[in-house]
Amino acid sequence: MLPYLTMNPFGFPVLSTTIFLPLLGVLFILFISSDRVIKITSLIATLLTLAVSTFLFANFDIKTPIFQFGENISWIAAYRINYTLGIDGISIMLVLLTTIIAPLAVLSSWKAIQVRVKEFMIAILVMETALIGVFCSLDFILFYFFWEAMLIPMYLLIAIWGGPNKDYASLKFFIYTLFGSVFLLVAIIALYLVNGSFSIPEAMFRDYSFQFQFWIFLAFGIAFAIKVPMFPFHTWLPAAHTEAPTVGSVFLASILLKMGTYGFMRFCLPIVPQASFYFAPLMIILSLIGIIYGGFVCLSQTDMKKLVAYSSVAHMGFVILGIFTFSIYGFVGALFQMLNHGITTGGLFLLVGIVYERTHSRQIHDNAGLGKIMPIYMFFFGLFAVSSFAFPGTNSFVGELYVLVGTFATNRIAGFFAIGGAVVAAAYMLKLLKQIAWGREDKRDIKDMSIREIIYMTPLAIFVLWVGLFPRPFVNIMEYTLVNLAMQLDKVSH
Amino acid sequence: MLLPEIYMLVFSVLFLFLSLGVRGKSLFVISRVLALGGVAVCLFSLNSNGLLFSGAYQIDGFSQIFKLILTAGLTLVIFMFNKDDEVENTPEFFMFLGFSTLGLTVLVSSVELISILISLEISSFSLYAIVPLRRTKTAGHLEAAIKYLFFGAISTGIVLYGMGYLYGMAHSTYLADIVAKLPLFIDRPLAILGLILTMSAFFFKLSLFPLHFWAPDIYEGASDTTTAFIATVPKVAAAALLIRLTMLAGLPTEQFAMLLMVLAAFSMTLGNLVGLVQEDIKRLVAYSGIAHAGYLMLGLLSFDKAGNAAIAYYITVYLVMNLALFYVLMLLSRNGENLKIADLGGLARRSPLVAFTLAAAAFSLAGIPPTGGFTGKFFLFITAFKAGYLEIVIIAAVNTVISVFYYLNLVRISYSRETKDNTPLKLAFSEKALCWLFSILIIVLGLLPLGFLDMLRQVM
Repeated sequence: MLPYLTMNPFGFPVLSTTIFLPLLGVLFILFISSDRVIKITSLIATLLTLAVSTFLFANFDIKTPIFQFGENISWIAAYRINYTLGIDGISIMLVLLTTIIAPLAVLSSWKAIQVRVKEFMIAILVMETALIGVFCSLDFILFYFFWEAMLIPMYLLIAIWGGPNKDYASLKFFIYTLFGSVFLLVAIIALYLVNGSFSIPEAMFRDYSFQFQFWIFLAFGIAFAIKVPMFPFHTWLPAAHTEAPTVGSVFLASILLKMGTYGFMRFCLPIVPQASFYFAPLMIILSLIGIIYGGFVCLSQTDMKKLVAYSSVAHMGFVILGIFTFSIYGFVGALFQMLNHGITTGGLFLLVGIVYERTHSRQIHDNAGLGKIMPIYMFFFGLFAVSSFAFPGTNSFVGELYVLVGTFATNRIAGFFAIGGAVVAAAYMLKLLKQIAWGREDKRDIKDMSIREIIYMTPLAIFVLWVGLFPRPFVNIMEYTLVNLAMQLDKVSH
Repeated sequence: MLLPEIYMLVFSVLFLFLSLGVRGKSLFVISRVLALGGVAVCLFSLNSNGLLFSGAYQIDGFSQIFKLILTAGLTLVIFMFNKDDEVENTPEFFMFLGFSTLGLTVLVSSVELISILISLEISSFSLYAIVPLRRTKTAGHLEAAIKYLFFGAISTGIVLYGMGYLYGMAHSTYLADIVAKLPLFIDRPLAILGLILTMSAFFFKLSLFPLHFWAPDIYEGASDTTTAFIATVPKVAAAALLIRLTMLAGLPTEQFAMLLMVLAAFSMTLGNLVGLVQEDIKRLVAYSGIAHAGYLMLGLLSFDKAGNAAIAYYITVYLVMNLALFYVLMLLSRNGENLKIADLGGLARRSPLVAFTLAAAAFSLAGIPPTGGFTGKFFLFITAFKAGYLEIVIIAAVNTVISVFYYLNLVRISYSRETKDNTPLKLAFSEKALCWLFSILIIVLGLLPLGFLDMLRQVM
């Protein structure tokens, strides 16, 4: 029916199921009053969602770049707005990431959240729905609905369960991202007025005038750059991360930030390619500043969570760098880095949360010298820390290598600076690791990780090593889509 | 054909008689049943058509759908009104609400200047009368009543002045004749002045800059139910009449559009900036209303059916989300006092449902998906952008961000501020049901505008 979309081959709308399963869980939760049952119900809802997304993953046709499992229903006919869903090699990875993180997030908040459990779980589940929706939408308005709807639960997570400075942090987060989003909306309307439809694939690779592309890129760019966040729009991130509860930080780092880079890949490159080429030098410079600046700020942090938060700024710089090399290596690296950052930084935030539950402090000094006291914890912390600075054998190495190969192939100077950033990353992470493992001698009464904590850290750890040692299956999934994107861009540039 | 009007007249007169004797609970039951009957009558006569009183009174899809929205608004207000002691002379209060709605239903059908003026006055005079009926004596409530009367009278004067110009050009008071003549004059200042002055009565009702002065004081001074009515139902009729009057201009003219745009920009910016510093929630709603009047103007700029439908859609959403907000205030303020923002503290603990209703209303007013406020604003943005007025769309978009500060504040205080007083709010079943109804309406208007929007587009 639609050239860019193969329809869903199954008897049930599989993408809609993935999106709305968590929301169905919310419906159940509304009528439950026991906190324990609420937690179990949300865990089941997130696990079922994971099961469906694994089913998607298993049935995904890797030999085609077009969107799959499509659904298309007219929604608001007067403005030709459709409920169009579909996923390709880029979005399936992010859907999978979201559905993996969500049950772990529920598990990690089992003990940490004792007040207003019901609202908390509802917020998490609504957020999961919105996030999956963002990655599956092929209609601008549908996309925008999910994109904005995500703000509400995230805002509440910070504003209700956040730290002492939560008012400031939650408001800053909301206003900052909303400010970007309204320009996104204006750009979407502009595209609609030119194309006559809100379909995302229909807007791709058309001959817009350069002038038009220029403005659209700026409007998109502000929205996405704030979300990523790119230097100099990153100031909301450390504030939000430090104040958010552990789960909030995990969602923020693992998935929310990916919405920005996903936006660049999905919208900016195919819809306004010429403007993307035009702005690429600026984007590369900003991403390099982000990498190096983020790294140096990390060096001086005394708060573990802030350190991880600033390292996100640096990591996301690598993603942007990969995207704006316009090479297949850069794209694969960028997408890998998106996943890796989701897993690794998500894992680090969970680990910070685990130790915070015991010592009630996030200061490095208070949590130093845990090597003897918490050996299992140290194993996980060590693994994720080395993964964070892309040690060979871990997942981030694969992603960073791809990005660097892509960068050196197109722009040596940029590659040189990026390498410098990677070295700084090793410096601050090893410094942190040293402190946490050996920093203090005194004995303290701290218990090691519980079974529940080990259970939710293990999948992430497996992923770190799996991608680090055998990334081929993942490359296969994304390859066709990304090669296709690179080829299309190549055509435009000539 | 005149069923809705006759019904509203009977409704009001009935309460005039009831004021002689009936007091207490039964009054509320009667009013609710009768109000629902009004909605039924409007639904029943949704498809009537006709031209009455030598062409001064037009009954068409446009007027009927607005009558339905107006009576639905009245019904919601009556269902929200649940306290004996909020206003003096409860039966008369219902009577005045009825008369005001009668005036408004007549107004949306009027297509002749004199009948427009008369119906406008019917609706306004009833409102002048109910503002001072508040029982909780505050410093401001008589001041509010006087101010409302004076500002109202002045705006009537301005309208008459404008209508004089229109008559002078067209030699007729019928809108149909004016439509025929006005395009000949439209590039002259005279025509634009006449049109804008005539429209200013409705700008006044909508509290659009520069006719916004009254809103904060009257909202603060009047009782909650009165404010809920004044802040919503007359605005619906005003939006309807603005649509009718802009159609007079026929073709969009540059100056006229520019004028509307300037008014819109000032209204939005002023409303939102002043809204930032308000403490009293009703004053805050007043300033938010000024801002929303500005957003509404975006739909007028395009001079086409889509724009008009967008306005009608937005004003309906506005009615629902504002009433939802007022309902939360009414549930919380048990002795009729005005609420400060700080009084919302701990609301999520005291009653999750009420807090959710407040959050839905606030997010909708701020225009965040998936609420009706977003969808309505989005339609307005599209029409204005399509008509080529990108500047005003950007101004409106930035204003949306500014407004989030204070709407979010309501949500933040009610969810994250802890207070000592955690006594749960006891809600009757009907109160819970109304909270659910408001929340669901807000979300449904956001997600599924399908049938309603199509219907509006058909009748424009």
